[in-house]
Amino acid sequence: MKLLYFAWLRHHVGAGEETRTPPAGVATVAELLDWLAGQSEGHAGALADRERVRVAVNQEYAGPEDTVAPDDEVALFPPVTGG
Amino acid sequence: MIRVQAEPFQPGAEIDAVTGGNPRIGGVCSFIGLVREMNDGAGVGAMTLEHYPGMTEKMLARTEQRAWERWPLEASRIVHRVGRMAPTEPIVLVVTASAHRHAAFEACEFLIDWLKTQAPFWKREETPDGPRWVDARRGDDEAAARWLHAPSSARGA
Repeated sequence: MKLLYFAWLRHHVGAGEETRTPPAGVATVAELLDWLAGQSEGHAGALADRERVRVAVNQEYAGPEDTVAPDDEVALFPPVTGG
Repeated sequence: MIRVQAEPFQPGAEIDAVTGGNPRIGGVCSFIGLVREMNDGAGVGAMTLEHYPGMTEKMLARTEQRAWERWPLEASRIVHRVGRMAPTEPIVLVVTASAHRHAAFEACEFLIDWLKTQAPFWKREETPDGPRWVDARRGDDEAAARWLHAPSSARGA
């Protein structure tokens, strides 16, 4: 699974992009975030406040119950501040 | 038409390009967002805009499409910069053109309100206390949300 991190989440994780293989039980966005938070201190820091984390699966906004698959591109980022 | 670019843009030239040669256009509206020297009580020496290449363009194009479905537009353009920029420099430009002014005004306001909450951009400011990521504003969410239910009042001008 291709994972992308933007803004301060990228700083926490220490990389803008990584490839990881979640275990078979990870089928939803919420499960993915739970699993990711346990992968390193940086990941835990990035995901400490889920209210401040937005998720896009294959470049579409996704909610906690939306599904994720091994070949997906999943991006994690804070609420957007453009314009 | 939407564009994401690092280079500064010339608002006047962009507006001319959007409207040029279309005799059906009777009203043009534009919004230009600039880098401000003060934000949330701190001086801003410069700002860096980060984005999500691919998704950003997709969201901008979808936002523009929604405006076209809702108002009788003749032309529109969104230009958004990324990278580092200094106070007074332009960040974003929205241009809408229609036969009459109401559609142009409303569509322009919708586009900037919507893109601020939908398009994946993030601002990082350089302040005297060091760099900081800008937090999203509740007011921006509220500004975008009012377009969800408000009926279009675009009529002849």
